[in-house]
Amino acid sequence: MFDPHVPHVAVIDQRVQESPTIFTLRLQYEDTRVQDAFEFDPGQFNMVTLFGIGEIAISIVNDPLDSHFFDHTIRVVGRVSEGMSKLQPGDHVGIRGPFGRGWPMEQIKGRDILLITGGLGCAPLVSVIRYLMRRRDDYGRISILQGVKHADDLIWKEQYSVWSAEKDVRVLLAADVATQSWQGQQGMVTELIAQLPLRPQRTVALLCGPELMMLAAVANLREKGVQDGDIWFSMERNMQCGIGQCGHCQIGPKTVCQDGPVFCYDELADFFGAKGF
Amino acid sequence: MNSQDPQVVSRRPGFLTRDALEKLFIVLSQLGYQILGPVVRDGAIQFDTLSAADQLPRGVSNDQQPGHYRLEQGENQRQFDWNHGPQGLKPVCFSPREVLWAEQSNPPVFNPVPPNIEPTAVVGVRACDLAALAIQDRHFLSGSDPDPHYRQRRESLLLIGVDCARSAATCFCASTGDGPALDGGYDIGMAELDEGFLIWRESDKGRTVIDQLDLLPASDAQLETMLQSTTQASLAQQRNLPDCDELLLLYKRLEHAHWDNVAERCLSCGNCTAVCPTCFCYEASHEMSLDGETAQMVRQWDSCFSATHSSMGQYQVRPTVKQRYRQWLTHKLAGWQSQQGRIGCTGCGRCIAWCPVGIDLTAETVAVLEEGSLDV
Ligand code: SF4
Ligand code: SF4
Repeated sequence: MFDPHVPHVAVIDQRVQESPTIFTLRLQYEDTRVQDAFEFDPGQFNMVTLFGIGEIAISIVNDPLDSHFFDHTIRVVGRVSEGMSKLQPGDHVGIRGPFGRGWPMEQIKGRDILLITGGLGCAPLVSVIRYLMRRRDDYGRISILQGVKHADDLIWKEQYSVWSAEKDVRVLLAADVATQSWQGQQGMVTELIAQLPLRPQRTVALLCGPELMMLAAVANLREKGVQDGDIWFSMERNMQCGIGQCGHCQIGPKTVCQDGPVFCYDELADFFGAKGF
Repeated sequence: MNSQDPQVVSRRPGFLTRDALEKLFIVLSQLGYQILGPVVRDGAIQFDTLSAADQLPRGVSNDQQPGHYRLEQGENQRQFDWNHGPQGLKPVCFSPREVLWAEQSNPPVFNPVPPNIEPTAVVGVRACDLAALAIQDRHFLSGSDPDPHYRQRRESLLLIGVDCARSAATCFCASTGDGPALDGGYDIGMAELDEGFLIWRESDKGRTVIDQLDLLPASDAQLETMLQSTTQASLAQQRNLPDCDELLLLYKRLEHAHWDNVAERCLSCGNCTAVCPTCFCYEASHEMSLDGETAQMVRQWDSCFSATHSSMGQYQVRPTVKQRYRQWLTHKLAGWQSQQGRIGCTGCGRCIAWCPVGIDLTAETVAVLEEGSLDV
């Protein structure tokens, strides 16, 4: 009988240090049949087990067309992620997944896409940006608003400049604390929304980052005339099973691990921003 | 009259004398079942392994009130005169603590650890707990990833239900539609009378057992007593919940002042979630062996009242008692409706009796739903 609790072994193929606290692992299932059967959507996540220590939910950041591997970008925040940061190519982890509902990439074809991310936890949206760049003709104008606390926190700097050189792509950066060499704006990422020549009827907004930032962004977007059904965001909660069983990740009647992690604002309007949910 | 009553027609029970109850135990053992049934332990009715009918309690009933549970010894010979103790079927199918899988670091491998299960007959199951079992079945088995541990335990069961001929003061199963009469979800049904039992099969699994019992025909008077008992037990209930549509309004009252009122009394001890037959939260954590070579994933019951339940590492989503009680009640009575198509409460009243400070969810619910306090 298939047991959804038991991980499969995956081997680390490559490891990239993205910043002092962020690293990316490129993984491959040891069992090629499992690797061949592995399919996912941008925004979905895996449960990753560090031997003997623990299991955490991490989003998948590569393109779904990459069939021989999958990437996890991980920030050191606790015991398990810290342990994972010490892993090297050839080491193993356990993987269960993919879980959850990702970004509505099919549904939003042809629309202008506005991506807003804040803080360091921007991995779920980076996968979307890469996805869009590979399928540039399927989507309208693309605006990327990225906020960081400190200018030094910005990772993937080169990629942002490559992306901004593309046709109809606008990249705006903001740092709460700017440095001399900082080329973006100083302030909150949500302040950038006002600067955009937005076509609200055509725009779909995809948000990821701290909830307070997303809450402010939702308010700004609604003010600009973006429809509630066109605002999507990725939520984080304590997740232990990934299959809607353990009860930790509930937000009202929804479970983040199954109904999310990507939600439409419509679906969570009663609870988004309500303390305690 | 009775013999035409739809319930009688569907049950078609036979009569078993009190002495002949032993025969049921013998047949169950012969068929290879281990038997779980009620015993008095630590001052409460608990399910434990039994080998003979004379191990069942006799003349034991219970007084249950908010924050209060006491057994009472009477003169009568009844063996199922109690309502229920702190636990029903939940720990039988959803183990309080179990190993899910084992891992080895070199070479790396993860192995399932299936539970060691014997066919088990549970004697004395109540209607509210069968309803709760159906809810847990949906939770653990109906999704795209059914739980193999739960399934194995669940499929090993033969359920022998008993009508409740009386209600405790904390019971309100009539208002949730889950009791006091048995209504599906069991294999063999029983109704206790002074002189013995009416007994019937409800499933094919149950038929194998019933066919070996040499039942006597039930008299009209006995059938009448069976119907009357559960009707009276139902009428005697003192508590109820508002209807389901009204309960959905709990989500519109997230800032009602009464949540603070409950929070002043609630200890966040989690007793209510531990005794609740539908609560399903669990935490899963790694336990490493001393040599560091092997480890196992252990799952244990968790509670939305625990500090770690909503932990995000650096912060908790629900740091306050008010937020935790609100999470529990709104999920149970409102959230569950969209998740499962019914509320997550079967009216057993355990959370009322086993709350150390006597918090009564029926009263708290009504207070939160009171008019004039709708969130704007
Ligand atoms: S309601 Fe009662 S049983 Fe539940 S956590 Fe609060 S004090 Fe404990
Ligand atoms: S909420 Fe209370 S009364 Fe309802 S099923 Fe759970 S323990 Fe029983």
